[in-house]
Amino acid sequence: MPALPARFQSFFAARGWTIHPHQQEMLRRADEPALLLIAPTGGGKTLAGFLPTLAELADGGHQGLHTLYISPLKALAADIRRNLQAPVAEMGLPIRIEDRTGDTSATRRKRQRADPPHILLTTPESLALLTSYEDAARTFGGLRRVIVDEIHALAESKRGDQLMLALSRLEAMVPGLRRVGLSATVEDPQAIASFLARHPEPCAILHADPGPDPDIEMLVTEALPPWSGGGAAYAIPAVLAEIKRHRTTLIFHNTRAQAEIFFHNLWLANDEDLPIGIHHGSLAREQREAVEAAMMRGELRAIVCTGSLDLGIDWGDVDLVIQIGAPKNVKRLIQRIGRANHRYNAPSKARLVPANRFEVVECLAALQAARAHDLDGEPRAPGPRDVLCQHILITACAGPFDATRLFHEVRSAGAYATLSRAAFDDCLDFCATGGYALRAYDKWKRLIQRPDGLWQLRDPRAAQRIRMNIGTIQDTELIKVRLRGAGKPLGEVEESFAASLEPGDTFLIGGQIVRYEGLRDLTVEVSRATARRPKIAVFSGTLFSTSTQLSQRILRLLGQDRWPDLPAHTAQWLTLQREVSRMPQTDRILVESFVYDGKPHSCFYGFAGRNAQQTLGILLTKRMEDAGLHPLGFVATDYATLIWSLEPVTDPAPLFEAAALRDGLDHWFRSNALMKRTFRGLATIAGLIERNLPQARKSGRQATFSSDILYDTLLKYDPDHLMLRITAEEALRGAVDFSRVQELLDRTRGRVDHVVLGQVSPLAAPLLLEHGQVPIFGEGRERLMAEAAARLMAEAGLS
Amino acid sequence: MNAHQFQLAGQQLAARASGALWQAPARLLCVSDLHLGKSERIARRSGGLLPPYEVQATLERLEAEIAATDPAIVVCLGDSFDDLDAALSLGEAERTWLTRLQAGRRWVWIEGNHDPGPVDLGGSHLASLTASGLTYRHICTPQRGEVSGHYHPKLALGGAARPCFLIDADRVILPAFGAYTGGLRATSGPLRSLMGPGAIAVLTGRRALAVPLGG
Repeated sequence: MPALPARFQSFFAARGWTIHPHQQEMLRRADEPALLLIAPTGGGKTLAGFLPTLAELADGGHQGLHTLYISPLKALAADIRRNLQAPVAEMGLPIRIEDRTGDTSATRRKRQRADPPHILLTTPESLALLTSYEDAARTFGGLRRVIVDEIHALAESKRGDQLMLALSRLEAMVPGLRRVGLSATVEDPQAIASFLARHPEPCAILHADPGPDPDIEMLVTEALPPWSGGGAAYAIPAVLAEIKRHRTTLIFHNTRAQAEIFFHNLWLANDEDLPIGIHHGSLAREQREAVEAAMMRGELRAIVCTGSLDLGIDWGDVDLVIQIGAPKNVKRLIQRIGRANHRYNAPSKARLVPANRFEVVECLAALQAARAHDLDGEPRAPGPRDVLCQHILITACAGPFDATRLFHEVRSAGAYATLSRAAFDDCLDFCATGGYALRAYDKWKRLIQRPDGLWQLRDPRAAQRIRMNIGTIQDTELIKVRLRGAGKPLGEVEESFAASLEPGDTFLIGGQIVRYEGLRDLTVEVSRATARRPKIAVFSGTLFSTSTQLSQRILRLLGQDRWPDLPAHTAQWLTLQREVSRMPQTDRILVESFVYDGKPHSCFYGFAGRNAQQTLGILLTKRMEDAGLHPLGFVATDYATLIWSLEPVTDPAPLFEAAALRDGLDHWFRSNALMKRTFRGLATIAGLIERNLPQARKSGRQATFSSDILYDTLLKYDPDHLMLRITAEEALRGAVDFSRVQELLDRTRGRVDHVVLGQVSPLAAPLLLEHGQVPIFGEGRERLMAEAAARLMAEAGLS
Repeated sequence: MNAHQFQLAGQQLAARASGALWQAPARLLCVSDLHLGKSERIARRSGGLLPPYEVQATLERLEAEIAATDPAIVVCLGDSFDDLDAALSLGEAERTWLTRLQAGRRWVWIEGNHDPGPVDLGGSHLASLTASGLTYRHICTPQRGEVSGHYHPKLALGGAARPCFLIDADRVILPAFGAYTGGLRATSGPLRSLMGPGAIAVLTGRRALAVPLGG
């Protein structure tokens, strides 16, 4: 066992630190090929990961790269570098530590390839890019250890799959690489272990002491939460009071738009001018860095943030976490709460702020689950093939490769262990030729097979384009926002949001209200606005579905006769629901119909999670279209789908006929908007659609056309194309989540209760203010469009 | 009827829901910006491998319009091919298909910025055409009574944007007919400034819908 070198012992002793048992254990088992450490935030997890590296490097004998550290966040890589550099410098260790992310300068990145540091801290995307260079084998020549931080977060996404494929490449370059995974508490450690280890090698799992249970409560406010809406503006005074009572408060939101609105309101009420910052993924890098730096210096009393601050960044003195809006997932809640009070063995403190009365119910259910240590999670599907396609292209960038060797390499990644050779060859064929049934492109291939059997890029210049499009983060098209006349961008908004703006519209970005002036060179130009109330920013963060476990808890809560655990206002609200309508039940589907804003609305309560409720929206609107009800659109939340139409729903039960829904899924479902959205993401990952072009997209928008056109074309002329098969599989699991629709149909078995109301019910009210409405382009909308067109022509005197 | 009827320079025209312009008295069918061979050109130039089906998709739609109107003359208003090499590399089946569509009628290829030279695909090749009181050319000029394309206009009416015709007292600008074509918002600066007061847009799709172009 490598003892802690004397220099370390005296360094620890001088600070009165003792090494934690799990840190000792990591050091003792440092030679194992794969180790997974599960530890709560604040448990010295990162140090546990790095101690063996520091010990091995302490004598200064190692040449070149020794340890690669991968984190899901750029900020985390930079943060860990600072945290490591300080003790390394103080102990006088001869260790060079650098980070490398998309934000690192080009010259520095080039130098890092030729002369890598001992410890390189990076992200999955930057690592994938590094492996794409011809000199990768030289860069990684000395590599001994890989540390994957926050592996529980990476294991949930394609970024993790890309990372594991990159590690399989590294393994081929430097056999015997040791892997270490650092994870927060998860429901299934074994799944993470298999994800981490080189298949079929074993992976030992170490558990650190989980520490005391966190102190989580709902925040008590004097003001009543509203029936609907997501801003939680009512809680602003109570939140400010909490900020004043604590040193540093993190205020988490589920979406960027909510964070912006809340931050704005908080500022308006901040009469003592407390230093409060905002941090989310849409903000310009300079702005994020400024907030991060101010936070590190302990200058901020509060930070309004989203998931971009969600992962293990050590922000020091955070002593309170506030979660605005219901946590959609208990595991995420626990991890967020771990942000607070970064001291081992001290309970962390968190307060939940429901944005409306329904969220009060959701928060209570989440609290009960957290106290019961009932973590939720969904098992992951096998390794996604769009990521594999990108991996094949990245491999080709680095030089000629042998297909069979690459296939075996890929199968050494746990998620791809069951990949068949036929499926691999499909992906290779897609990368080489496009994989079309119509072989029109024999002359125009991306990859060609040489006489010696190796595959290579047909045109080596293609490498540049492939490198520019590396990554699996499915951002919608984002456009920079900048102040007219000023150079610095304020941040980014979704292209669809930008397209909806008219000159004069105001919206929030970076906590300030700006006025839309126009679109120039694909940048949104804005000026400072003096308005107090902006047009709401609808650029979104990721919306998570409430997990199945949490949905079931919520349904059980609703089913109680009385609600002594809920605040009186919410209990009264639920009582009102029972009086004017009914309470949704686990084994029945409740449908409420009412007229709102002059149009028939029907609300279908399924408690199946947002994705499944959205799918239900598509299935039901199709059934309604066939029934001549002329649906116009729908919106889904985690518990219900609200559909509006030109004709009212009078008999909903037949709409739910399982065979017809299943039939719809098989026959026409592929042409809907959700499928196209899924296609767009994975076709971009697989390299069919390029997100970034070498020359900025300045040439004018008529040059580009929507991925929907490609999807429709493939569906018509090449329905068995690999991209469509992957789209269908992925959508049914993810964005569409038909398994939960099926689960809903199974548990309700055609028991549909229909209530016709003269007013909006308490439970339906939140849906009226929900974002993310999905329009239905059917006869109803055609009718409305024709009417609107005729009216506009008449008003203009043109008809 | 699924077209918007209007008059330009005294001529009766129909903006069809398909995106084609129909001049019934002259039995003239006009389509613009087919961009045939776009996927081939992209593959050749950048290595991107888009689904190679846009020629088929576009010709199917053109064939349907020809079947519906039985024109005496078909005018392809420029950018019919994504570039001249794309025209050269059309497959045998696609060339035969074009020949079949041309049989028994006059066929005019107007030159566009993407396809400035003659093509060996039957029909006549012209910089512009003046017929039945109207001038057909690819990019609009200040001339009155002009039919042009080039800009791929599109417009949204309470939903996703659709390709549209732009019509004022002096000219009509056609939407792109090709399968792989994007669009330029009709309300954007360059397009809006081309159109005079009282201009309308005719959205294509299931129905041809006329709306004022607005400010």
